[in-house]
Amino acid sequence: MTSSALSEPQRYLEAQIRWRPVEIAFWLATLLPFVLAPNYLVLASQIAITALFALSLDLILGYAGIVSLGHAAYFGFGSYTAGLIAKWGWGEPVTGLLIAAAAAGVLGYVSSFIIARFRHLALIMITLGFGLLLAEAANSASWLTGGADGLQGVRMWKLFDVFAFDLYGTTAYSYSLPVLFLAFLVARRLIGSPFGLALRGIRENAVRMPAIGAPARAHIRKAYTIAAVMAGLAGALLAQTTETVSLETLSFARSADVLVILILGGAGRLYGGLVGAIIYMVARDQFSGINPQYWYFWIGTLLILVVLFLPNGILGGMARLMRFARSRA
Amino acid sequence: MRAPALATRGLDKRFGSLVVAKDIELTLPPGERYALIGPNGAGKTTLINLITGMLKPDKGRIFLGENEITALEPDTRVKCGLVRTFQINTLFPHLSALEAVTLAVCEQHGYAGSWWRELPAYDDAVEEAYAILVSLRLAGSCYRPTRELAYGQQRLLEIALALATKPKVLLLDEPAAGVPQGESAELFSVISDLSRDIAVLFIEHDMNVVFRFAHRIIVMVGGRILVEGTPQEIAADHRVRDVYLGGGRHG
Repeated sequence: MTSSALSEPQRYLEAQIRWRPVEIAFWLATLLPFVLAPNYLVLASQIAITALFALSLDLILGYAGIVSLGHAAYFGFGSYTAGLIAKWGWGEPVTGLLIAAAAAGVLGYVSSFIIARFRHLALIMITLGFGLLLAEAANSASWLTGGADGLQGVRMWKLFDVFAFDLYGTTAYSYSLPVLFLAFLVARRLIGSPFGLALRGIRENAVRMPAIGAPARAHIRKAYTIAAVMAGLAGALLAQTTETVSLETLSFARSADVLVILILGGAGRLYGGLVGAIIYMVARDQFSGINPQYWYFWIGTLLILVVLFLPNGILGGMARLMRFARSRA
Repeated sequence: MRAPALATRGLDKRFGSLVVAKDIELTLPPGERYALIGPNGAGKTTLINLITGMLKPDKGRIFLGENEITALEPDTRVKCGLVRTFQINTLFPHLSALEAVTLAVCEQHGYAGSWWRELPAYDDAVEEAYAILVSLRLAGSCYRPTRELAYGQQRLLEIALALATKPKVLLLDEPAAGVPQGESAELFSVISDLSRDIAVLFIEHDMNVVFRFAHRIIVMVGGRILVEGTPQEIAADHRVRDVYLGGGRHG
């Protein structure tokens, strides 16, 4: 369909989902580490994985307004599933990745029936409790998960039978980045769809949704399942690229970190989680080099400053700055 | 005789010892405009909450056309054609008016679950939403976020959202609440111009508006229906004068 065939309301809606030059520049820039920082590809891969995890939280928190303090449950579940598949003798990365994502999706779908019934503080408590429960279950099932020692003996085969996972992270980043990009394309599509609009409706006014005939709970269950699949993908990527799984993948700290990352970057903005992940991970890498035990001090400071002065996150602040600059020009 | 568009039989509701609805028998014929009046606390909004399923009645049955809807969820009742608006704006602050109405249309068409095609591709839903906004004279500001709209426009958007669901029965909870008196007649002219396929029950305190736009008037007091009749009958009824019209206006 050409733009001349669109009516004015359609053009307005189309303008909201059109690819912007800065987006294309952003994705081209994700290739720069291969050239500019070949020694940091392990970090780059970790950033891509964290960004995918944050993107998954953004779908439910940023768009549908579903607060979660236990999102690591799906990350860790995907991680252990991928790790165990490889440990038990099937080390092929791509199929392992898909199976792990599907497993996390099933867990997400089952738990979504409880999640969709609650909001606000009750929801925070339920997601928190669910996350803690799963982490403790993994800890006590040490015959399966390796417990506190982590899952050992994960051996990945070569990616596409060609690229081995090495210590330099070249394969890891070449693998994580396209997965992130594909998941981002799916998320972007979803947000621009009628379903994405319905999710924003739930965030904006959960009382009104049933009054316009919207099955809000069914929408929430669907969004939650999709988010769980993405979190599972991220967890599986971590297991496969590091060839180990630790209890930390299920921990409360990971749930809290991803929330911080999303708030820093800007929730409800697709790129918020990605920008947040880059800033958070690079800052952690740099600060922990200087004085490791105090690095949360700086993250805490940053978080308070962002919430005080940039309530819509760093991306929200940048958008405001752009509007300001344009109005002055 | 055609089945009424909406009927309730013996609806009861109490909160503890407070009776908010007692033996409510209401019959709304297709295409009619009925007003629901009564002093503050009479249970008018509660009745709308009961009919739309936002509250569960302790006793009684609710019929939409020939179908009983007493056990249905609120969103299912909307799909059956029973829709309400809110006395206090209950809108989507950061969605533009076009997005909000398009969302309601998408729900009505069953598009809202689909997440693989982008919104502009659903041109029928977008056009339908835009046409509703045009008919309510909101087209000029439909690209602005709801929270930036003037208050009167937000009241109209309340109605636009309800119309987008293609209602058979429309329950309007003080549609002109907070609107200056001069403009409320304008708002009601929009309501009286609505298709005659839609039966309307509206709560309103302004008696000029009620007597001008309602075919019949239902008077509620203390959770019960006191009397129902034509505007002339209500104006002449001494009980209504006593509890409602006589002692000055109650808000």
